[in-house]
Parts: sequence; structure tokens; C-alpha cells
Amino acid sequence: MGIGKLLVANRGEIAVRIIRAAKELGIGTVQVHSEADSHSLAVQLADEAVDIGPPVAAKSYLNAEALLAAAKATGADAVHPGYGFLAENADFADAVEAAGLVFIGPSGSVIRSMGDKASARQLAGRAGVPTVPGSDGRLEDPADAVPVAGRIGFPVMIKAAAGGGGRGIRIAGDADDLARLASEASAEALAAFGDGGLYLERMIENARHVEVQILGDGSDVVHCFERECSLQRRRQKVWEEAPSPALDGRTRQALCRSAVMLAASVGYRGAGTVEYLYDERTDEFFFIEMNTRIQVEHPVTELVTGIDLVAEQILVCAGEPLSLRQADIESRGHAIEVRINAEDPACDFLPNPGRITRLRLPGGPGVRFDHMLHQGCEVPPFYDSLLGKLIVWAGTRDRAIDRLKRAAGELCIEGIRTTAPLFPALADSREVRRARYHTNWLEGWLQDNVGSLSNGTGETS
Amino acid sequence: MNDNTESEQQGGSPGHEVRARLPGTFYRKPAPDQPNYVNPGDEIAAGDVVGLIEVMKTFHQVTAEHDGIAGEFLVGNESPVKAGQTLLVIGTG
Repeated sequence: MGIGKLLVANRGEIAVRIIRAAKELGIGTVQVHSEADSHSLAVQLADEAVDIGPPVAAKSYLNAEALLAAAKATGADAVHPGYGFLAENADFADAVEAAGLVFIGPSGSVIRSMGDKASARQLAGRAGVPTVPGSDGRLEDPADAVPVAGRIGFPVMIKAAAGGGGRGIRIAGDADDLARLASEASAEALAAFGDGGLYLERMIENARHVEVQILGDGSDVVHCFERECSLQRRRQKVWEEAPSPALDGRTRQALCRSAVMLAASVGYRGAGTVEYLYDERTDEFFFIEMNTRIQVEHPVTELVTGIDLVAEQILVCAGEPLSLRQADIESRGHAIEVRINAEDPACDFLPNPGRITRLRLPGGPGVRFDHMLHQGCEVPPFYDSLLGKLIVWAGTRDRAIDRLKRAAGELCIEGIRTTAPLFPALADSREVRRARYHTNWLEGWLQDNVGSLSNGTGETS
Repeated sequence: MNDNTESEQQGGSPGHEVRARLPGTFYRKPAPDQPNYVNPGDEIAAGDVVGLIEVMKTFHQVTAEHDGIAGEFLVGNESPVKAGQTLLVIGTG
């Protein structure tokens, strides 16, 4: 069952990426767009474009009815959701299939089971994938906390069962701390939520974020090795690389194998990412969640493996078997991606939409720039701030960092402020060079280095 | 694209204009299921929040700079706004 025409239900750089993959596969492309995106690069590159509504995403890119109507009107037979928007909306996946179209992603039921934290944790446990050790359910009596923590290992996080969003989390370093803090937390939760139930989870200090790229065709699953994405600001990834500089071969193999087991246990179809926390001190990894879509940082995997992940994703969802066996997939050299966002790093990352007055793109050996820009284009304020991704490859990690610094220096975006100045500065940092970082490292570095991150690109001279 | 709305009233209006400092989507309430921050006729003090502007998935409060009485909003809830666009006029008398 081949696909003749693909509707791209997204925008920005990922829409451009999807159009490129589809064109190389000989598939026609339909780009939907809001009123704010009618001149976007994706609209220019696609074979056809359909206006689906006002700028506000709820009325355009999140409007399932408008998307399905556009598919029907143009005769598209498949829908690629990209990332964000409706990419992990199980009801949308179901609606696409119910309309007789191919959804480029797993089935609604797989999205649903991975989207629910408790059910994903259960599936991981059943597939033999380690999860962060916890109390496995609620503790009604704070006095139970100490024996349970003895099994989990200190330090532990104490959370209110009825709480959410990190509210009221306490950290206990030992049993005495825990006895005191657990009764305090229980009393506070009872007052705040009318429910004093608690649960405990091991606190992974200074964890690194590693994730495994997988591809499945509904029966077979392969991995394409891991990425490390520990450089984050407010839980948003800023710099991603492959392979992870923290893993040895044995741990890498165990990690990647566990991701394959999890995906295979649900008969996964499409591209997916299994995310983990990695504790460097104990050499343990723990499942966090599975993302059932193509990810922003997929190009670093493409550069080290040579696989076109978006093309593979489209083909397996169209019903073809995986074109690769595990033994065919090798990782070579080192790749780094950095995110160029319309935010001013010298001004607390204030969003900076506006018109691009001058654009010079980086190039040369081992450099790729996936983006949504063209000279004179208007970056609208209505969507996320990602303008593009600078991705470099070299034979070693050191050479990749050198190349990143060189390429970042070639990139010139004027008219709006961007995060570009961040990356030469990070490339010069000793900790980055030695890969000594964890998920909380970047925020501290930013506080110490904010003075060196000025753009000076807000105006042309 | 270049929708010049009725809000471009420079000067002339009796009172203080509250303008958007950033472009984005304007909201009159903190969340869809909550009441408006301010309704026409409400008494407002300088520093009061009168709305939110969503810019690239971040939310920024719009505050009044003067005391007074809220007039009609010149921009609807969930409407796109431009930087500098007048959102509301606060009457002084």
C-alpha cells in the first residue's frame, strides 16, 4: 500500500524536513498553513498548500476537522503530524485512520498507552526495562516511608499522591530526614488536597538525559543507538549529541536493547524515542517515557548512522517492512545539534519574533542546517521559537565541537535576536569539552556567563 | 495580513492606553475556565493585571500603568495582537 500524496500537518522546520523526505520518495506533498504562515518556507517547497485558519494554533494546526477536510479536498492519502501539535494525540491518530488515511505514527492505542505515565511505567516494568525505583503506589501512613525508602535507596523524593507539577516535593537524604519530612508532607498534602497519601521515588542526582531512537514496522523493531540531551534549560533541550559521551559499550548495548524490548512489546510501528535518566555514579539507567513521534533532535542520529529516519518512518507506516536489520546499523563518528531559537539569551531568553532582515547560512564539510528561514521572512509570535537546528558531524567528538564553533560563526541572522551566540561560548567551556555535565548544569552556566551572550544582531548596520 | 484594527487610535482618547509590549495572542483571562481579569467599568489600580500575551508559548502579563476605570477592550479574547497595539483605554474620570 503505497502513499501517493502526504499531508504535512505541522509547520516550521519539521514541515520542511518532512517535505524533503517525501519528495525523495516520489510522494506528493500538501502543506497546511495558518494565515500567519502563508509565505513560509514549507508552503514554498510543497506541491500544494491549503489555508486551514487563523494564526492561533487551536484554530488551525490543532484543528483536526480542518486538517482532515484539507486532506479530503486535496486527495491526500496520508497525514504526517511532525512533532508537537497533534503528533501524540491518540484521538487524532484514530480520526485519521477512521477517515481511511494513513497516520504516519503508531496506532492510537499505542500512543494512548505510552502517553499515560502510569501505564507506560507498567509496560516498561513488564518488558524488563528499569524504571526509577519508587514506592509502587501510595503510602497511607507516613511511618511506612522509612522501610520503603530502605528498599529504594536514598536520597528519596517525597511527593503528594494528589499533588502535581512538582508541587510540595521534598527531598530526604537519610532515614531521620525522611521520618520528619514524610509526616510534614502528609499533613500539608491533607490540608492542601484533602488527601494525605504520599509516594516515594529515588532522587537521581545530577542525572544525564539519554534516549534511544527506535524504528518499528509493527512486528520487528531496531534501534539506531542513543542520543544524549543533558544540556537543557527549563527542561527544554538546547544541545544534543550522538553518541552519548557518558556510556561505555556494555551499558550502551543494554540501554539500546531495553528500548527495543519495550517497543517490541507493544508491536511498535513508526519512529519512536525511549527516554531515560542515566546515573553516572552507579552506571544505572531508568526509563522516563516514550515519545511516539519523530523528535526535533533526530538529525544527530541520521548523521552517525546514515539512515533517513523520516523516510523510514513514512515507509513503515505505509505498510512496508523495515529496510534495515539491526546488524546493518552502525554508528560512526560524532554528531552535535544545537537549537537556534528566536530568543534573546542575554535577556532571560525573551521571545523575539519579527522579520529576518539578513540571513547567511553555515556550510562546508560535515555541516547541516535544518530550518524554516528565508530572507525577509516574518517569524510569527504564535508558535514555538525554534527557527532551525545547526547539526555537525566529524570523526571524533573534539573535532565535532571545533566544527560546531566554526559553523556557528558562519551563521548570521539579523532582524531578530536568537540563541546562536550561546554555542561558540558553550563550545569553549571546559565542562562541555570534557562532557562533564548533567541536566541541571546548563542553568548554572548561564547564570555565570550571561554577560558573554549578547547578540548585537537586532539591527543592521 | 496587515489588519489595521480600530485600536490604532493615537492620542485623542480620554485616558491612558494600555498597549501590547510584545506581539502575540491576547487573553483576557488567566485560564479558559476562569473569569476575565478585568471587565469594562471595573476600577483599576496601577499594577493590576488586565490580560496576558502569549508569545512563542510563553505568557507575559499585561499590567495597567495608571489608576482609573476600564473602558471597552479594543481586542477580543484570543485575538492576535501586534507590539504597540492598544488593548484597552483606562478612563481617568
